[in-house]
This record gives sequence, structure tokens and C-alpha cells, in this order.
Amino acid sequence: MQPLIQTENPTPVGATTLDRLALHQAGRILALGLEGAERRRLLDLGFVPGARIEVELENPLGNPRAFRVLGGVVALRTEQAARITIALENPAS
Amino acid sequence: MSTTIGAPGGNHEAPDLLGMVESARDGYGDALADDAMEAYYAEANKITSEVVDAQGRHQGLSFDRRLDRILTSRIWGFPAMILLLWGVLWLTVAGANVPSAMLATLTMEHGYNLLHAAANFLGAPGWLSGFLIDGVYLGAAWVFSVMLPPMAIFFPLFTMLEDFGYLPRVAFNLDRLFHKAGAHGKQALSMMMGLGCNAAGIVSTRIIDSPRERLIAILTNNFSICNGRWPTLILIGTIFLGALAPAGLGSLVAATSVVATCLLGVAFTFLVSAVLSRTVLRGETSTFSLELPPYRPPRIMQTLYTSLIDRTLLVLWRALIMAAPAGGIIWLISNITVADQSIAAHLIAFLSPAGWLLGLNGVILLAYVVAIPANEIIIPTILMLTLTIAIKDPSLAGMAQAGVMTEFADGNLVRRILTAGGWTTLTGINLMLFCLLHNPCSTTILTIWKETRSAKWTALATLLPLLLGIAVCATIAALVRLTS
Repeated sequence: MQPLIQTENPTPVGATTLDRLALHQAGRILALGLEGAERRRLLDLGFVPGARIEVELENPLGNPRAFRVLGGVVALRTEQAARITIALENPAS
Repeated sequence: MSTTIGAPGGNHEAPDLLGMVESARDGYGDALADDAMEAYYAEANKITSEVVDAQGRHQGLSFDRRLDRILTSRIWGFPAMILLLWGVLWLTVAGANVPSAMLATLTMEHGYNLLHAAANFLGAPGWLSGFLIDGVYLGAAWVFSVMLPPMAIFFPLFTMLEDFGYLPRVAFNLDRLFHKAGAHGKQALSMMMGLGCNAAGIVSTRIIDSPRERLIAILTNNFSICNGRWPTLILIGTIFLGALAPAGLGSLVAATSVVATCLLGVAFTFLVSAVLSRTVLRGETSTFSLELPPYRPPRIMQTLYTSLIDRTLLVLWRALIMAAPAGGIIWLISNITVADQSIAAHLIAFLSPAGWLLGLNGVILLAYVVAIPANEIIIPTILMLTLTIAIKDPSLAGMAQAGVMTEFADGNLVRRILTAGGWTTLTGINLMLFCLLHNPCSTTILTIWKETRSAKWTALATLLPLLLGIAVCATIAALVRLTS
């Protein structure tokens, strides 16, 4: 049994990272490039592979930004957002 | 594989669960946890879609999302924050005046006279009634009437902002600045809480998970000017700096000087945080994930209850325990005479050279030593000591009794008394700076000890702001004297 996404190699073709999304742009989480307590904390907050995620807010200084995921809003700093791999949502859908 | 976990009516028989876990862990690594999480959420989604009716779905943006876009926007984010904070402080200062005056009349006139009458009736000796009534009682009554009304206004207002959901947005807005200082965005909340009371601010650092960043927040909390220090700043700003401005602009200049001192405290918070995180508290910056919960109408009654019981009464009780002995000590040092002079006069003479070096004077330093338990009694102690010891102006004689703390409503009179005590504009400015930069009050020191359980960090939190204050005041005094 192989998992769909290998976290050791988290950037399939056509994917990007959460920090590169523009404000109000949305995508689906592919993988979390984080480990340990940090990873569990994000999973608890709803950053689950497969979940839809949207850039909800940008603070007045540009970083951190807040993301809407699974009905909640959670702020992350850019370095952390860069560790989350995203498949861009099809604009037509 | 089946990832159904805890499904209603599911099969709960589990043969060799540990063996399954082991073999699954080998194949999956982190992905196993992800799959499990995914399954939890899928299951939760299924259940909610079955049992929860989502009604009244808005077209377009909800109120929450629109409000968030304003409160965190590039244009309105910071002005909204400053306006709300200014509003809370203004309501606190303005709203506390009348009840404070009423409590002062009740405790320091009626209660005080009643106690003296009772002491006379019982035939208590003068030293006993002086120590207990003029010292211990008056010290406690002073702190009670000056401290209770602002705290009973500030804490509920602050708790309501918290309850409404605004405070996480402040942490969100300010995180970039704290991040640059190597600290955590949630320090914004303990910093704001410190404007009410540093002891409460120290306790509120518990929301910061990383011990390193929590210590930074604890060590810098004293740079938030607490309720007990606002009155000193406002009075000195008014009678020394406001008086320098042309008529009509006086109150504007005074208010600006107070706000400037407060903002200087914020600047010191960032500066000292940055220095600490690069020296004694070096380390990885922890990750930052901050939930921005939906706004909700504050529960007013519950807020009033919890903020009055948990915050106001707790802080007031600690302050009273500290202020009562301080009042006793002030009375004792003013009334015990050694070699033709009261102990207070000896101490002032001893502290005067250091006071001169800092652009202050011996009276101010002595007041700051005896007022370690409660900053609220700084001004009354300074006035009493100035009137009874520092000046021998016959036109001001008899306005204060040794050891009995004194205050006057008339700003011009206070200015006349202090000027007669040798005060200049430099004294006024440096007192405002020293008010910002000196050791925390004993309640706060005790709280730091309780929260850190470390003598080292408690000592650093106590001495760091004091040494900074000495350095800043001495530098300014030297510069002013060299250039004039």
C-alpha cells in the first residue's frame, strides 16, 4: 500500500505552495512538509490533505496571512505556509 | 484499507490491534496520521451533514468576513487598533475620576475621621493611632480608591474585546513586528493587558506555548504602563510639560507627552525583545499558528462577573496586602527621629546625590523605594515628603503632616509646591521616563516568580527595566546640563 502523496517528495507537477497563492485564491491541500508537534497542530486545526483552502486575509504588513480551511480561519507565517503543498483549484469549478 | 474510525454502529472487535498498528506504521509514516485525520474529518462531515441544518446561508460575504477585511486591512488595520485601545484607555481614565473621588471622600475623609475619633475615644496613644490610621489604613485606602475604579472599568472592557474575538486580530496584525523581534505575535495581547496591570499581563502570557517566547513576553511586560502609573504621568505631563505650551495648547501637549511615553514603552518592548532573543534567550522561533475565531456578541453579564472576580479583585487584593505595610513604613520613617532628623530626612539626604545624577532628587527616589508595593502612592508620598522635609517655605507650611500622604486637586498648587522643592522641567521629564522605566511593583515581581519559578528570570525582570531607567535618565540629565 503506497500513500497517494509522498511527503518526502511533496511537489507533483502542477502543484504549488500555500505562500504563493494570491489573496482569495483557493486550492486543495496535497501534503504538509512539516513534522512532529507542528504537523499535529496543523492537522488539528484542519490542515488535512484533501481539504479546500483559501487565502482569507492578509495582515497590514503582508505577513502572516490567514487561511480559511474546513470552516475555520487560521493565520500562518510565510515560512510555514511555504511548507504546505497545494493543488490549485480549477477556476472553472 | 478501511479508514473508518469510530463509525456509528461499526465493528468494535479488534484482533491484534498493536500488530496492525505496527505493520501500518511501517508502510505509512506520517501519512498514517494524515489518513486518520482525513477519516476523522470525513466522518465529522458526514455526521454534521446528517444532523445539522444550515439555515440562513448568506449570499456573498458574511458579516464576520467583511469585518475581518476592515480590521486587518492595510489602511484601517492599525488605525482601528489604536482607536480601540485609545477608547478603552480614555473610558478608563475619564470614567474612573468620579468614583475614585467618591471613594477617596468615603475612605480618606469619613473613614479616616471616624477611625481617629474612635482612637481618641479609646484613648489610644498618638504613635499607635498614627502608625495604624495615618500609615497602614491611609496607604491601603489610597490604593483602594485610586485603583479600584479604573480596574473595574478597564478589565471588563478588555475582557469584552477578548470575548468579541478582536484580540486574536491584534496578534495577527502585529505579528510581523514581534516576529522581527524574535518574539510571538500573541505577546501583543499580554502587552495590551499590561496597560491595565502588569501582574495580570504576566499571567496572560500563559497563552504563549513556547517557553522562550513566553519569557520574552514576561521580561518586557513592565514596559506597558499600568493603571497605577497613568495618574503620575498625567499629573506631571500636565503641570510640567503642559505648562510650557502656550495657553490653550496645554492639555494637548500634556496628553501628547503621556501618549508619547506610552509609545516609547512599546518601542522598548520591541527593542528589548529583539535584544533578549539574540542574547540570553536565543533560540529557534517557534511556529505560529493562530486561530481567528468567528466574532460573537460579548456575553456582558458573564464578562462582568469573570473580569471582576478573576482579574479586578485578585489584583486589588494583592495590591492592598502590599500597600498597607508600605503606608505603615512611610509613617514610621517620617516620624521616627534619629539624631535630630527623621529617618526619611536621612534617607533623602543619602539618596540626593544619586537623584541629582539621574535628573531627579532624593525625595523621588525615596518615594520609589517605599512605593515598590504600589505605584499608586508615588505622587502622594512625594508631595508629603516635599512639604514636610524638602522645603521650609512658610506660605506652604502646615499643608501636610509628617507621614500622612497628601494630594491636592489644584494643579497650580502642586506645581508651586514641587517648584519650591527644587523641581525643573528636567525633573518632570525624567520622572515621566523613570515612571516608565523602573522595577516592577512587588505584586508583579511576585507574579513573575510564581509564573517562572526561577530566581534568575525574576531578578532579570526586576533589574532590567530599572537599569534601563537609570541609564536613560542619567544620559538625559547629563545632556541637558552640558548643553545649558
